[in-house]
Amino acid sequence: MVVSVPKPAEELLEMLDGYKNMFIVACGGCPVGCDSGGMKRVDELTEFFPQNGKEVTGNVLIDFLCNKALVGSKLIYHLKKLKKSQAVLVVSCGIGVQATGKMVDIPVVPANDTLSSQGMQGLWPSSERCAGCGTCYLAFTGGICPITSCSKSLINGMCGGQHDGKCEVETERDCGWNLIYLRLKEVGKLDNLKKIPHLRDFRKMDVSDKERHTTRWALEKEVIYEAPKQSSEKEEA
Amino acid sequence: MSRLQESLEQGKFTITGEVGPPKGVDLHHCMDEEVSYIKDRVVAINVTDNQSSVMRISSLSICALLAQQGLEPILQITCRDRNRLGIQGDILGAYVLGIRNILALTGDHNTAGDHPDSKPVYDLDSVSLLTALTSLKNGKDLAGEELNGIPEDIIPGAIVTPGADPVEMQLIKMEIKIEAGARFFQTQAIYDPKVFESFMNKASRYKVPVLCGIVIIKSAGMAKYMNNFVPGVQVPDTMITPLKEASKEDRPKKSIELMAEFIKEVKPMCQGLHIMAMGWERYVPELLDICDL
Ligand code: SF4
Ligand code: SF4
Repeated sequence: MVVSVPKPAEELLEMLDGYKNMFIVACGGCPVGCDSGGMKRVDELTEFFPQNGKEVTGNVLIDFLCNKALVGSKLIYHLKKLKKSQAVLVVSCGIGVQATGKMVDIPVVPANDTLSSQGMQGLWPSSERCAGCGTCYLAFTGGICPITSCSKSLINGMCGGQHDGKCEVETERDCGWNLIYLRLKEVGKLDNLKKIPHLRDFRKMDVSDKERHTTRWALEKEVIYEAPKQSSEKEEA
Repeated sequence: MSRLQESLEQGKFTITGEVGPPKGVDLHHCMDEEVSYIKDRVVAINVTDNQSSVMRISSLSICALLAQQGLEPILQITCRDRNRLGIQGDILGAYVLGIRNILALTGDHNTAGDHPDSKPVYDLDSVSLLTALTSLKNGKDLAGEELNGIPEDIIPGAIVTPGADPVEMQLIKMEIKIEAGARFFQTQAIYDPKVFESFMNKASRYKVPVLCGIVIIKSAGMAKYMNNFVPGVQVPDTMITPLKEASKEDRPKKSIELMAEFIKEVKPMCQGLHIMAMGWERYVPELLDICDL
């Protein structure tokens, strides 16, 4: 299970500053299991944004946003609404946000912070990676993860080692910051680079005890954990 | 106020040099040769920090020795090897040893050097290191804790690569570095006055002094190596061909001539030079003589 937690409401508004409306794409996988996504969260967000002056143009729940092909095939049915939207708010782990970002040509904004992808259960069949940094930066970086696409996990822009679009570490590896630069330039958002907080908070990577215990599939919770507990309680009684 | 800061603030054309600490504790070459050739011709001397990710004597120690001799060091700090506790501690440590000028770098990745199996740190990067320097200068550490005794005379500096592609990204990062507290810039080596001019046309609006980076090209082979392996550096054929044609004995002379021509062209565009002689420190006085500097 990829553990993710909802970003605080103020941060969501800050990231969506300058956008009048958004389309919501939500993952039906891990976020449902750790109470940070699914239809319940979509409903909450759909109620929250209009109260704060932003329109929600529509939404879709897709099982496993980490599967780009699946995301693309489902988004086709929402093209009309997407065309009206200025941004896509993605309710998933960092991989789902990156995968969605590759399928649309408007900025993507993460609704969650991803804490851990250990014990992974999604499909994750492609190149996007999330290191569970706990402070998802994708809203600033054009939907491309600076933590996993940059060899030094830099958050303040390209280092001096970039050469012909490649990273100093490996001649074949794309420089993540060059990809971010190109993407931001394409969507006219290079100014985002000045908004990224300078310091990382490494505490955020830690998965608290509480999060560890709420990170099970709803189904597992009932069948495997809750069911035996109930029956043993009954036996005791 | 550091001599470097004074020189820059007075608007003087400011020249800095650079030495690399040795691997091992024999300081003869570094201090008696490299430093002694350039010390009377530069305002301050950069000391590299595990340059190219190769383990050497710490920059801090060599800077302290320079300061003891009454020379003006520029402490280079990379973010590859220490986290924010280590780096802030070193900054304060440097200050009590008389070091005021600090150049903030992200640092080459570990895989480039002689300990490729080591753990890369990058808790900070060039920008957040500048944030740290500014914060310490203002009396607080990165955690917001008050300092007992404030290192208010720190002068934070940074680097920029004028020949990088995309240069727009360099300019954006330069602006971010200035906002974070950079008070001067030294550039990566550059050899094309036109490229430097177009860079300075954009960079001069920030009104922060820029010292043009000079790496003396010793041979055609070195030029080719730089073109292939040093990001953002392009030595033009107009420099490579004369070096190739010169005999081995004439090469230093030719090389100095070529560098002097370049310096004369860029001098009106910037606020100074940062000369990285890379073993050719003995030719630096001659080079500066030709340029009337
Ligand atoms: S920025 Fe990258 S590592 Fe951090 S949560 Fe987002 S996708 Fe994951
Ligand atoms: S070259 Fe690019 S990807 Fe590689 S460490 Fe530097 S900024 Fe990161």
